[in-house]
Amino acid sequence: MLNTKSAPTQARDNLISQKVDSLPPSGIRKFFDLLSSVEDVISLGIGEPDFVTPWHIREAGTYSLEKGYTMYTSNSGMLELRQELASYLQLRYRVSYHPEHEILITAGSSEGLDLALRAIINLGDEVIIPDPCYVAYPADVILAGGVPILVPTNEENNFVVRATDIEARITKQTKAILIGYPANPTGAVMSQKEADAIAGLAKKHDLLVISDEIYARLVYGAEHICFPSLPGMKERTILISGFSKSHAMTGWRIGYVAAERRFIQALAKIHQYTMLSAPTMAQMAAIEALRNGESEVEKMVQEYNRRRRLMVKRLNEIGLPCFEPKGAFYAFPSIKATGMNSEEFAEKLLLEEKVAVVPGTAVGPCGEGFVRCCYATSLSNIEEALRRMDRFIRKSRLRSE
Amino acid sequence: MKEIFEILEQNARATPEQISTMVDKPVSEVEKMIRQAEKDGTILKYKTIINWPKLGEGDIWALIEVRVTPQRDVGFDAIAERIYQFPEVYSAYLVSGTCDLAILVKGKNMQEISSFVTEKLAPLERVQSTVTHFLLKRYKENGETFHLPREINKRLPITP
Repeated sequence: MLNTKSAPTQARDNLISQKVDSLPPSGIRKFFDLLSSVEDVISLGIGEPDFVTPWHIREAGTYSLEKGYTMYTSNSGMLELRQELASYLQLRYRVSYHPEHEILITAGSSEGLDLALRAIINLGDEVIIPDPCYVAYPADVILAGGVPILVPTNEENNFVVRATDIEARITKQTKAILIGYPANPTGAVMSQKEADAIAGLAKKHDLLVISDEIYARLVYGAEHICFPSLPGMKERTILISGFSKSHAMTGWRIGYVAAERRFIQALAKIHQYTMLSAPTMAQMAAIEALRNGESEVEKMVQEYNRRRRLMVKRLNEIGLPCFEPKGAFYAFPSIKATGMNSEEFAEKLLLEEKVAVVPGTAVGPCGEGFVRCCYATSLSNIEEALRRMDRFIRKSRLRSE
Repeated sequence: MKEIFEILEQNARATPEQISTMVDKPVSEVEKMIRQAEKDGTILKYKTIINWPKLGEGDIWALIEVRVTPQRDVGFDAIAERIYQFPEVYSAYLVSGTCDLAILVKGKNMQEISSFVTEKLAPLERVQSTVTHFLLKRYKENGETFHLPREINKRLPITP
Protein backbone atom coordinates (compact mmCIF):
# COMPACT_ATOMS: atom_id res chain seq x y z
CA MET A 1 0.00 0.00 0.00
CA LEU A 2 1.35 3.33 -0.97
CA ASN A 3 1.61 5.81 1.77
CA THR A 4 1.85 9.55 1.35
CA LYS A 5 0.96 10.28 4.94
CA SER A 6 3.59 11.85 7.13
CA ALA A 7 6.79 9.87 7.29
CA PRO A 8 7.44 7.86 10.46
CA THR A 9 9.51 9.76 12.97
CA GLN A 10 13.11 8.86 12.51
CA ALA A 11 15.99 9.07 14.89
CA ARG A 12 17.78 12.37 14.66
CA ASP A 13 20.91 12.36 12.53
CA ASN A 14 23.56 14.20 14.47
CA LEU A 15 25.62 14.85 11.37
CA ILE A 16 22.83 16.92 9.88
CA SER A 17 21.99 20.34 11.26
CA GLN A 18 19.01 20.19 13.60
CA LYS A 19 17.27 22.90 11.65
CA VAL A 20 17.45 20.95 8.41
CA ASP A 21 16.84 17.61 10.05
CA SER A 22 13.59 18.76 11.58
CA LEU A 23 12.36 20.46 8.42
CA PRO A 24 9.48 18.38 7.05
CA PRO A 25 9.91 17.23 3.44
CA SER A 26 7.80 19.11 0.91
CA GLY A 27 4.30 17.63 0.69
CA ILE A 28 4.62 17.90 -3.05
CA ARG A 29 7.78 15.86 -2.98
CA LYS A 30 6.03 13.05 -1.11
CA PHE A 31 3.34 12.99 -3.75
CA PHE A 32 5.96 12.97 -6.48
CA ASP A 33 7.24 9.59 -5.31
CA LEU A 34 3.77 8.10 -5.43
CA LEU A 35 3.22 9.57 -8.87
CA SER A 36 6.37 8.03 -10.26
CA SER A 37 4.89 4.58 -9.63
CA VAL A 38 1.85 5.14 -11.88
CA GLU A 39 2.06 5.20 -15.66
CA ASP A 40 0.22 7.29 -18.27
CA VAL A 41 -0.84 9.95 -15.84
CA ILE A 42 -2.40 13.23 -16.94
CA SER A 43 -0.78 15.65 -14.57
CA LEU A 44 -2.50 18.80 -13.39
CA GLY A 45 0.21 18.99 -10.77
CA ILE A 46 2.97 20.65 -12.75
CA GLY A 47 3.56 24.19 -11.55
CA GLU A 48 5.36 25.45 -14.62
CA PRO A 49 4.43 26.59 -18.12
CA ASP A 50 3.96 23.85 -20.71
CA PHE A 51 5.25 26.21 -23.38
CA VAL A 52 8.86 25.98 -24.40
CA THR A 53 10.74 29.29 -24.06
CA PRO A 54 9.92 31.39 -27.16
CA TRP A 55 12.36 30.68 -29.95
CA HIS A 56 13.85 34.17 -30.19
CA ILE A 57 14.83 33.96 -26.50
CA ARG A 58 16.34 30.48 -26.87
CA GLU A 59 18.17 31.74 -29.93
CA ALA A 60 19.64 34.63 -27.92
CA GLY A 61 20.84 32.13 -25.30
CA THR A 62 22.43 29.94 -27.97
CA TYR A 63 24.03 32.94 -29.61
CA SER A 64 25.57 34.05 -26.31
CA LEU A 65 27.26 30.65 -26.04
CA GLU A 66 28.50 30.85 -29.61
CA LYS A 67 29.98 34.25 -28.90
CA GLY A 68 31.76 32.83 -25.89
CA TYR A 69 29.86 34.49 -23.05
CA THR A 70 30.76 31.71 -20.66
CA MET A 71 32.30 33.65 -17.77
CA TYR A 72 30.85 35.18 -14.59
CA THR A 73 29.14 38.51 -14.90
CA SER A 74 29.36 41.20 -12.22
CA ASN A 75 27.82 40.02 -8.94
CA SER A 76 24.74 42.17 -9.44
CA GLY A 77 24.22 40.90 -12.97
CA MET A 78 24.79 42.50 -16.37
CA LEU A 79 24.13 46.22 -16.22
CA GLU A 80 22.35 46.05 -19.56
CA LEU A 81 19.81 43.64 -18.08
CA ARG A 82 19.36 45.76 -14.97
CA GLN A 83 18.78 48.79 -17.17
CA GLU A 84 16.17 46.93 -19.19
CA LEU A 85 14.49 45.85 -15.97
CA ALA A 86 14.50 49.36 -14.55
CA SER A 87 12.73 50.74 -17.60
CA TYR A 88 10.36 47.76 -17.69
CA LEU A 89 9.29 48.33 -14.08
CA GLN A 90 8.99 52.06 -14.69
CA LEU A 91 6.90 51.69 -17.83
CA ARG A 92 4.66 48.90 -16.61
CA TYR A 93 4.16 49.70 -12.94
CA ARG A 94 5.37 53.29 -12.53
CA VAL A 95 7.94 52.41 -9.95
CA SER A 96 11.53 53.56 -10.45
CA TYR A 97 14.60 51.66 -9.44
CA HIS A 98 18.15 52.76 -10.04
CA PRO A 99 19.64 50.09 -12.33
CA GLU A 100 23.04 50.24 -10.65
CA HIS A 101 22.04 50.24 -6.99
CA GLU A 102 18.52 48.95 -6.68
CA ILE A 103 18.33 45.83 -8.82
CA LEU A 104 20.02 42.47 -8.29
CA ILE A 105 19.91 39.63 -10.82
CA THR A 106 19.42 36.24 -9.14
CA ALA A 107 19.38 32.58 -10.13
CA GLY A 108 15.60 32.42 -10.31
CA SER A 109 13.23 34.21 -7.98
CA SER A 110 13.77 31.39 -5.48
CA GLU A 111 17.27 32.64 -4.82
CA GLY A 112 15.90 36.16 -4.44
CA LEU A 113 13.46 35.01 -1.80
CA ASP A 114 16.14 33.16 0.13
CA LEU A 115 18.47 36.17 -0.02
CA ALA A 116 15.78 38.56 1.11
CA LEU A 117 14.87 36.43 4.12
CA ARG A 118 18.45 35.80 5.15
CA ALA A 119 19.31 39.47 4.74
CA ILE A 120 16.61 40.75 7.08
CA ILE A 121 15.94 38.02 9.64
CA ASN A 122 17.56 37.90 13.08
CA LEU A 123 17.22 34.66 14.98
CA GLY A 124 13.62 34.33 16.15
CA ASP A 125 12.17 37.11 14.00
CA GLU A 126 8.66 36.39 12.83
CA VAL A 127 7.54 36.53 9.23
CA ILE A 128 3.84 36.59 8.47
CA ILE A 129 2.74 34.36 5.59
CA PRO A 130 -0.75 33.70 4.20
CA ASP A 131 -1.88 30.08 4.38
CA PRO A 132 -2.06 28.29 1.95
CA CYS A 133 1.02 29.54 0.20
CA TYR A 134 3.88 28.53 -2.05
CA VAL A 135 5.57 25.50 -0.46
CA ALA A 136 8.94 27.17 -0.02
CA TYR A 137 7.83 30.21 2.03
CA PRO A 138 7.69 28.69 5.54
CA ALA A 139 10.75 26.49 4.92
CA ASP A 140 12.83 29.42 3.65
CA VAL A 141 11.88 31.47 6.72
CA ILE A 142 12.92 28.62 9.03
CA LEU A 143 16.21 28.13 7.17
CA ALA A 144 16.92 31.84 7.57
CA GLY A 145 16.48 31.48 11.32
CA GLY A 146 13.03 33.03 11.46
CA VAL A 147 9.64 31.82 12.59
CA PRO A 148 6.88 31.56 9.99
CA ILE A 149 3.54 32.79 11.28
CA LEU A 150 0.74 31.46 9.10
CA VAL A 151 -2.37 33.58 8.62
CA PRO A 152 -5.37 31.56 7.47
CA THR A 153 -7.17 32.61 4.32
CA ASN A 154 -10.34 31.09 2.97
CA GLU A 155 -12.63 30.95 -0.02
CA GLU A 156 -14.99 33.61 1.37
CA ASN A 157 -12.13 36.07 0.90
CA ASN A 158 -11.06 34.43 -2.37
CA PHE A 159 -7.91 33.34 -0.54
CA VAL A 160 -6.53 36.86 -0.21
CA VAL A 161 -5.07 37.54 3.21
CA ARG A 162 -6.97 40.20 5.18
CA ALA A 163 -5.11 43.02 6.87
CA THR A 164 -7.14 42.52 10.08
CA ASP A 165 -6.08 38.87 10.24
CA ILE A 166 -2.46 39.91 9.79
CA GLU A 167 -2.72 42.60 12.44
CA ALA A 168 -4.03 40.10 14.98
CA ARG A 169 -0.76 38.19 14.63
CA ILE A 170 1.70 41.04 14.81
CA THR A 171 4.02 40.84 17.81
CA LYS A 172 7.24 42.57 18.87
CA GLN A 173 9.12 39.90 16.94
CA THR A 174 7.31 40.53 13.64
CA LYS A 175 9.76 41.63 11.00
CA ALA A 176 8.06 41.24 7.69
CA ILE A 177 5.00 40.20 5.76
CA LEU A 178 5.69 37.79 2.92
CA ILE A 179 3.04 37.79 0.21
CA GLY A 180 2.84 36.32 -3.25
CA TYR A 181 0.05 37.54 -5.51
CA PRO A 182 -1.06 36.32 -8.02
CA ALA A 183 -0.91 33.28 -5.80
CA ASN A 184 0.37 29.78 -6.10
CA PRO A 185 -1.63 27.57 -5.23
CA THR A 186 -4.94 29.42 -5.33
CA GLY A 187 -4.77 31.70 -8.37
CA ALA A 188 -5.92 34.57 -6.15
CA VAL A 189 -5.05 38.17 -7.02
CA MET A 190 -5.07 41.14 -4.68
CA SER A 191 -7.44 44.05 -5.20
CA GLN A 192 -6.37 47.65 -4.80
CA LYS A 193 -8.29 47.89 -1.54
CA GLU A 194 -6.73 44.75 -0.08
CA ALA A 195 -3.25 45.87 -1.10
CA ASP A 196 -3.78 49.33 0.38
CA ALA A 197 -4.87 47.81 3.68
CA ILE A 198 -1.72 45.68 3.92
CA ALA A 199 0.41 48.68 2.95
CA GLY A 200 -1.21 50.74 5.71
CA LEU A 201 -0.47 48.00 8.18
CA ALA A 202 3.18 47.77 7.15
CA LYS A 203 3.56 51.50 7.70
CA LYS A 204 1.69 51.50 10.98
CA HIS A 205 3.80 48.73 12.49
CA ASP A 206 7.02 49.54 10.65
CA LEU A 207 7.20 46.19 8.87
CA LEU A 208 8.92 45.11 5.72
CA VAL A 209 6.98 43.54 2.89
CA ILE A 210 8.51 40.87 0.72
CA SER A 211 6.39 40.75 -2.39
CA ASP A 212 6.87 37.73 -4.63
CA GLU A 213 5.41 38.79 -7.97
CA ILE A 214 6.64 35.95 -10.15
CA TYR A 215 3.12 35.53 -11.60
CA ALA A 216 2.59 39.27 -12.21
CA ARG A 217 2.12 38.89 -15.94
CA LEU A 218 -0.39 36.06 -15.68
CA VAL A 219 -3.57 37.94 -14.78
CA TYR A 220 -6.93 37.63 -16.48
CA GLY A 221 -9.39 40.49 -16.44
CA ALA A 222 -7.63 41.95 -13.42
CA GLU A 223 -4.94 44.56 -13.02
CA HIS A 224 -1.76 43.39 -11.29
CA ILE A 225 -0.85 45.59 -8.36
CA CYS A 226 2.89 45.94 -8.05
CA PHE A 227 3.28 46.31 -4.30
CA PRO A 228 6.23 48.77 -4.23
CA SER A 229 4.27 51.09 -6.53
CA LEU A 230 1.83 51.83 -3.69
CA PRO A 231 2.46 55.17 -1.94
CA GLY A 232 5.28 54.93 0.59
CA MET A 233 5.85 51.24 -0.11
CA LYS A 234 8.98 51.28 -2.25
CA GLU A 235 11.12 52.06 0.77
CA ARG A 236 9.82 49.08 2.73
CA THR A 237 9.21 46.49 0.01
CA ILE A 238 11.57 43.91 -1.42
CA LEU A 239 10.17 43.02 -4.83
CA ILE A 240 10.97 39.55 -6.09
CA SER A 241 10.26 38.39 -9.59
CA GLY A 242 11.72 36.67 -12.61
CA PHE A 243 11.18 35.26 -16.06
CA SER A 244 10.14 31.69 -15.32
CA LYS A 245 6.38 32.11 -15.54
CA SER A 246 6.02 35.14 -17.81
CA HIS A 247 8.43 33.94 -20.48
CA ALA A 248 8.30 30.17 -19.84
CA MET A 249 11.91 30.15 -18.66
CA THR A 250 11.82 27.93 -15.55
CA GLY A 251 14.91 25.89 -16.43
CA TRP A 252 17.08 28.94 -17.11
CA ARG A 253 17.08 29.96 -13.44
CA ILE A 254 16.86 33.69 -13.93
CA GLY A 255 15.12 36.20 -11.70
CA TYR A 256 15.66 39.51 -9.98
CA VAL A 257 15.15 41.50 -6.81
CA ALA A 258 14.34 45.21 -6.77
CA ALA A 259 14.49 47.26 -3.60
CA GLU A 260 16.10 50.31 -2.08
CA ARG A 261 19.86 50.42 -2.05
CA ARG A 262 20.41 49.35 1.56
CA PHE A 263 18.43 46.16 1.00
CA ILE A 264 20.07 45.34 -2.32
CA GLN A 265 23.49 45.87 -0.73
CA ALA A 266 22.63 43.42 2.02
CA LEU A 267 21.21 40.84 -0.40
CA ALA A 268 24.16 41.28 -2.76
CA LYS A 269 26.55 40.53 0.09
CA ILE A 270 25.06 37.05 0.53
CA HIS A 271 24.70 36.58 -3.22
CA GLN A 272 28.39 37.35 -3.85
CA TYR A 273 29.48 34.76 -1.30
CA THR A 274 27.06 32.08 -2.41
CA MET A 275 25.89 32.39 -6.02
CA LEU A 276 28.47 34.87 -7.36
CA SER A 277 26.35 35.66 -10.37
CA ALA A 278 23.27 34.36 -12.16
CA PRO A 279 23.92 32.18 -15.24
CA THR A 280 25.38 34.39 -17.96
CA MET A 281 23.59 32.67 -20.82
CA ALA A 282 20.29 33.14 -19.00
CA GLN A 283 21.01 36.82 -18.45
CA MET A 284 21.61 37.31 -22.17
CA ALA A 285 18.38 35.49 -22.93
CA ALA A 286 16.52 37.63 -20.39
CA ILE A 287 17.68 40.81 -22.12
CA GLU A 288 16.16 39.51 -25.34
CA ALA A 289 12.99 38.54 -23.46
CA LEU A 290 12.56 42.08 -22.17
CA ARG A 291 13.38 43.75 -25.48
CA ASN A 292 11.34 41.63 -27.85
CA GLY A 293 9.26 39.21 -25.81
CA GLU A 294 6.06 41.13 -25.27
CA SER A 295 3.95 39.63 -28.05
CA GLU A 296 4.91 36.10 -27.01
CA VAL A 297 3.92 36.83 -23.41
CA GLU A 298 0.56 38.12 -24.57
CA LYS A 299 -0.01 35.04 -26.71
CA MET A 300 0.70 32.73 -23.80
CA VAL A 301 -1.53 34.72 -21.46
CA GLN A 302 -4.38 34.53 -23.96
CA GLU A 303 -3.94 30.78 -24.24
CA TYR A 304 -3.83 30.34 -20.44
CA ASN A 305 -6.99 32.37 -20.17
CA ARG A 306 -8.89 30.04 -22.53
CA ARG A 307 -7.75 27.02 -20.56
CA ARG A 308 -8.58 28.73 -17.29
CA ARG A 309 -12.17 29.36 -18.35
CA LEU A 310 -12.55 25.80 -19.52
CA MET A 311 -11.12 24.32 -16.34
CA VAL A 312 -13.08 26.49 -13.93
CA LYS A 313 -16.34 25.88 -15.76
CA ARG A 314 -15.83 22.12 -15.89
CA LEU A 315 -14.77 21.91 -12.24
CA ASN A 316 -17.95 23.65 -11.18
CA GLU A 317 -20.02 21.44 -13.49
CA ILE A 318 -18.69 18.20 -12.06
CA GLY A 319 -19.42 19.30 -8.52
CA LEU A 320 -16.09 20.68 -7.36
CA PRO A 321 -16.95 24.31 -6.61
CA CYS A 322 -14.20 26.67 -7.55
CA PHE A 323 -13.94 30.43 -7.08
CA GLU A 324 -12.71 32.33 -10.11
CA PRO A 325 -8.91 32.43 -10.05
CA LYS A 326 -7.81 35.62 -11.77
CA GLY A 327 -4.09 35.02 -11.81
CA ALA A 328 -1.21 32.54 -12.14
CA PHE A 329 -2.27 29.23 -13.73
CA TYR A 330 -3.99 27.39 -10.92
CA ALA A 331 -7.55 26.58 -9.99
CA PHE A 332 -8.18 25.65 -6.38
CA PRO A 333 -11.48 23.76 -6.20
CA SER A 334 -13.09 22.56 -3.01
CA ILE A 335 -13.39 18.79 -2.71
CA LYS A 336 -15.27 18.88 0.59
CA ALA A 337 -18.50 17.60 -1.00
CA THR A 338 -16.80 14.29 -1.79
CA GLY A 339 -16.33 13.57 1.91
CA MET A 340 -12.66 12.84 1.36
CA ASN A 341 -9.76 14.82 2.69
CA SER A 342 -7.28 16.36 0.28
CA GLU A 343 -4.63 13.68 0.43
CA GLU A 344 -7.14 10.88 0.17
CA PHE A 345 -8.79 12.56 -2.81
CA ALA A 346 -5.50 13.17 -4.61
CA GLU A 347 -4.22 9.67 -3.92
CA LYS A 348 -7.39 7.87 -4.99
CA LEU A 349 -7.81 10.05 -8.06
CA LEU A 350 -4.28 9.21 -9.08
CA LEU A 351 -4.58 5.46 -8.52
CA GLU A 352 -8.11 5.06 -9.90
CA GLU A 353 -8.19 7.54 -12.76
CA LYS A 354 -4.55 8.45 -13.32
CA VAL A 355 -4.99 12.15 -12.86
CA ALA A 356 -2.52 14.01 -10.67
CA VAL A 357 -3.51 17.05 -8.65
CA VAL A 358 -1.73 18.55 -5.66
CA PRO A 359 -3.47 17.98 -2.32
CA GLY A 360 -4.21 21.32 -0.67
CA THR A 361 -2.56 20.22 2.55
CA ALA A 362 0.78 20.10 0.75
CA VAL A 363 0.60 23.89 0.56
CA GLY A 364 -0.61 24.68 4.06
CA PRO A 365 -3.11 23.54 6.69
CA CYS A 366 -5.79 25.84 5.22
CA GLY A 367 -5.48 23.90 1.98
CA GLU A 368 -7.40 21.03 3.59
CA GLY A 369 -10.55 20.41 1.60
CA PHE A 370 -9.02 21.73 -1.62
CA VAL A 371 -6.75 20.53 -4.40
CA ARG A 372 -4.56 22.50 -6.73
CA CYS A 373 -5.21 21.95 -10.44
CA CYS A 374 -2.78 23.59 -12.82
CA TYR A 375 -4.11 24.53 -16.26
CA ALA A 376 -0.68 25.02 -17.82
CA THR A 377 -1.32 21.97 -19.96
CA SER A 378 -3.02 21.39 -23.31
CA LEU A 379 -6.77 21.89 -23.74
CA SER A 380 -7.16 18.23 -24.64
CA ASN A 381 -5.36 17.20 -21.45
CA ILE A 382 -7.62 19.46 -19.41
CA GLU A 383 -10.74 18.03 -21.03
CA GLU A 384 -9.64 14.43 -20.56
CA ALA A 385 -8.53 15.05 -16.97
CA LEU A 386 -11.87 16.61 -16.12
CA ARG A 387 -13.74 13.72 -17.75
CA ARG A 388 -11.84 11.32 -15.55
CA MET A 389 -12.40 13.44 -12.45
CA ASP A 390 -16.12 13.51 -13.23
CA ARG A 391 -16.16 9.70 -13.44
CA PHE A 392 -14.15 9.45 -10.23
CA ILE A 393 -16.57 11.66 -8.32
CA ARG A 394 -19.62 9.77 -9.58
CA LYS A 395 -18.08 6.45 -8.61
CA SER A 396 -17.12 7.58 -5.14
CA ARG A 397 -20.59 9.05 -4.63
CA LEU A 398 -22.14 5.67 -5.51
CA ARG A 399 -19.79 3.91 -3.13
CA SER A 400 -20.67 6.13 -0.21
CA GLU A 401 -24.43 5.77 -0.80
CA MET B 1 -14.44 38.43 -32.53
CA LYS B 2 -11.04 37.43 -33.88
CA GLU B 3 -10.38 35.00 -31.05
CA ILE B 4 -13.08 32.57 -32.25
CA PHE B 5 -11.32 32.27 -35.59
CA GLU B 6 -7.92 31.88 -33.98
CA ILE B 7 -9.26 28.94 -31.98
CA LEU B 8 -10.88 27.36 -35.05
CA GLU B 9 -7.73 27.87 -37.07
CA GLN B 10 -5.85 25.85 -34.48
CA ASN B 11 -8.55 23.25 -34.07
CA ALA B 12 -11.33 23.07 -36.65
CA ARG B 13 -13.15 20.54 -34.49
CA ALA B 14 -13.56 22.85 -31.51
CA THR B 15 -17.29 22.86 -30.76
CA PRO B 16 -19.29 26.05 -30.24
CA GLU B 17 -19.73 24.98 -26.60
CA GLN B 18 -15.98 24.70 -26.06
CA ILE B 19 -15.31 27.96 -27.85
CA SER B 20 -18.01 29.70 -25.87
CA THR B 21 -16.31 28.69 -22.62
CA MET B 22 -12.88 29.67 -23.84
CA VAL B 23 -13.89 33.15 -24.98
CA ASP B 24 -16.55 33.65 -22.30
CA LYS B 25 -19.42 34.42 -24.71
CA PRO B 26 -22.84 32.73 -24.96
CA VAL B 27 -22.99 29.63 -27.19
CA SER B 28 -25.71 31.19 -29.31
CA GLU B 29 -23.51 34.17 -30.07
CA VAL B 30 -20.57 31.97 -31.03
CA GLU B 31 -22.80 29.82 -33.26
CA LYS B 32 -24.18 32.91 -34.93
CA MET B 33 -20.72 34.31 -35.60
CA ILE B 34 -19.51 31.03 -37.07
CA ARG B 35 -22.59 30.70 -39.30
CA GLN B 36 -22.13 34.27 -40.47
CA ALA B 37 -18.41 33.71 -41.15
CA GLU B 38 -19.17 30.55 -43.12
CA LYS B 39 -21.69 32.48 -45.18
CA ASP B 40 -19.60 35.57 -45.89
CA GLY B 41 -16.43 33.65 -46.73
CA THR B 42 -14.43 34.53 -43.60
CA ILE B 43 -14.33 30.81 -42.97
CA LEU B 44 -13.62 29.22 -46.34
CA LYS B 45 -13.40 25.58 -45.42
CA TYR B 46 -12.56 23.16 -42.59
CA LYS B 47 -9.58 21.01 -43.42
CA THR B 48 -7.30 18.45 -41.83
CA ILE B 49 -3.54 18.48 -42.12
CA ILE B 50 -2.43 14.95 -43.00
CA ASN B 51 1.15 13.82 -42.75
CA TRP B 52 0.96 11.80 -46.00
CA PRO B 53 4.60 10.75 -46.11
CA LYS B 54 3.91 8.94 -42.84
CA LEU B 55 1.53 6.65 -44.74
CA GLY B 56 4.26 6.04 -47.26
CA GLU B 57 2.39 8.07 -49.83
CA GLY B 58 3.67 11.26 -51.14
CA ASP B 59 2.84 13.54 -53.99
CA ILE B 60 5.59 15.39 -55.75
CA TRP B 61 5.51 19.10 -55.18
CA ALA B 62 7.14 21.95 -57.02
CA LEU B 63 7.39 25.64 -56.40
CA ILE B 64 7.33 27.41 -59.75
CA GLU B 65 8.37 31.00 -60.32
CA VAL B 66 6.49 32.42 -63.28
CA ARG B 67 7.28 35.62 -65.18
CA VAL B 68 4.30 36.96 -67.08
CA THR B 69 3.26 39.99 -69.09
CA PRO B 70 0.55 41.95 -67.32
CA GLN B 71 -2.51 42.89 -69.29
CA ARG B 72 -4.13 46.28 -69.74
CA ASP B 73 -7.01 46.97 -67.28
CA VAL B 74 -6.69 43.70 -65.39
CA GLY B 75 -2.96 43.69 -64.58
CA PHE B 76 -1.86 40.29 -63.39
CA ASP B 77 -5.25 39.05 -62.32
CA ALA B 78 -6.42 37.62 -65.63
CA ILE B 79 -3.29 35.61 -66.32
CA ALA B 80 -3.14 34.55 -62.69
CA GLU B 81 -6.67 33.18 -62.96
CA ARG B 82 -5.83 31.29 -66.15
CA ILE B 83 -3.03 29.65 -64.23
CA TYR B 84 -4.63 28.97 -60.87
CA GLN B 85 -7.70 27.35 -62.42
CA PHE B 86 -5.57 24.33 -63.35
CA PRO B 87 -6.25 21.65 -60.75
CA GLU B 88 -2.53 20.93 -60.52
CA VAL B 89 -2.04 24.34 -58.93
CA TYR B 90 -2.35 24.05 -55.17
CA SER B 91 -1.47 27.63 -54.20
CA ALA B 92 -0.84 30.74 -56.24
CA TYR B 93 0.56 34.11 -55.21
CA LEU B 94 1.47 37.41 -56.85
CA VAL B 95 4.88 38.26 -55.44
CA SER B 96 7.47 41.01 -55.54
CA GLY B 97 11.02 40.30 -56.70
CA THR B 98 12.44 38.62 -59.75
CA CYS B 99 9.27 36.79 -60.77
CA ASP B 100 5.62 37.83 -60.84
CA LEU B 101 3.71 34.75 -59.77
CA ALA B 102 4.78 32.00 -57.43
CA ILE B 103 2.74 28.82 -57.63
CA LEU B 104 2.81 25.60 -55.72
CA VAL B 105 2.05 22.60 -57.92
CA LYS B 106 1.19 19.07 -56.92
CA GLY B 107 1.62 15.95 -59.04
CA LYS B 108 1.75 12.17 -58.68
CA ASN B 109 5.26 12.05 -60.04
CA MET B 110 7.89 14.22 -61.63
CA GLN B 111 6.56 13.40 -65.08
CA GLU B 112 3.17 14.82 -64.25
CA ILE B 113 4.65 18.10 -63.09
CA SER B 114 6.97 18.48 -66.02
CA SER B 115 4.17 17.87 -68.49
CA PHE B 116 2.09 20.46 -66.65
CA VAL B 117 4.89 22.97 -67.05
CA THR B 118 5.82 22.15 -70.63
CA GLU B 119 2.37 21.51 -72.04
CA LYS B 120 0.11 23.78 -70.07
CA LEU B 121 1.93 26.53 -68.23
CA ALA B 122 4.85 27.53 -70.43
CA PRO B 123 2.84 27.65 -73.69
CA LEU B 124 0.41 30.23 -72.26
CA GLU B 125 0.63 33.38 -74.32
CA ARG B 126 1.49 35.75 -71.51
CA VAL B 127 3.92 33.48 -69.73
CA GLN B 128 7.48 34.64 -70.45
CA SER B 129 9.46 32.12 -68.45
CA THR B 130 9.25 29.60 -65.62
CA VAL B 131 11.71 28.32 -63.02
CA THR B 132 10.72 25.06 -61.36
CA HIS B 133 11.97 24.07 -57.90
CA PHE B 134 11.07 20.55 -56.82
CA LEU B 135 10.44 20.23 -53.09
CA LEU B 136 12.92 17.83 -51.54
CA LYS B 137 11.80 17.82 -47.93
CA ARG B 138 9.13 19.59 -45.96
CA TYR B 139 9.96 20.95 -42.54
CA LYS B 140 7.01 23.14 -41.66
CA GLU B 141 3.66 23.84 -43.25
CA ASN B 142 0.75 26.01 -42.14
CA GLY B 143 2.54 26.66 -38.88
CA GLU B 144 2.99 22.95 -38.12
CA THR B 145 6.38 21.25 -38.05
CA PHE B 146 6.61 17.82 -39.61
CA HIS B 147 9.57 16.10 -38.16
CA LEU B 148 9.40 16.67 -34.45
CA PRO B 149 7.10 14.48 -32.41
CA ARG B 150 4.05 16.58 -31.60
CA GLU B 151 4.45 16.86 -27.88
CA ILE B 152 7.65 15.97 -26.09
CA ASN B 153 6.93 16.01 -22.42
CA LYS B 154 10.09 17.08 -20.75
CA ARG B 155 8.45 18.34 -17.60
CA LEU B 156 8.60 16.57 -14.29
CA PRO B 157 5.20 15.03 -13.46
CA ILE B 158 4.70 17.30 -10.48
CA THR B 159 6.44 20.51 -9.43
CA PRO B 160 5.75 23.16 -6.79
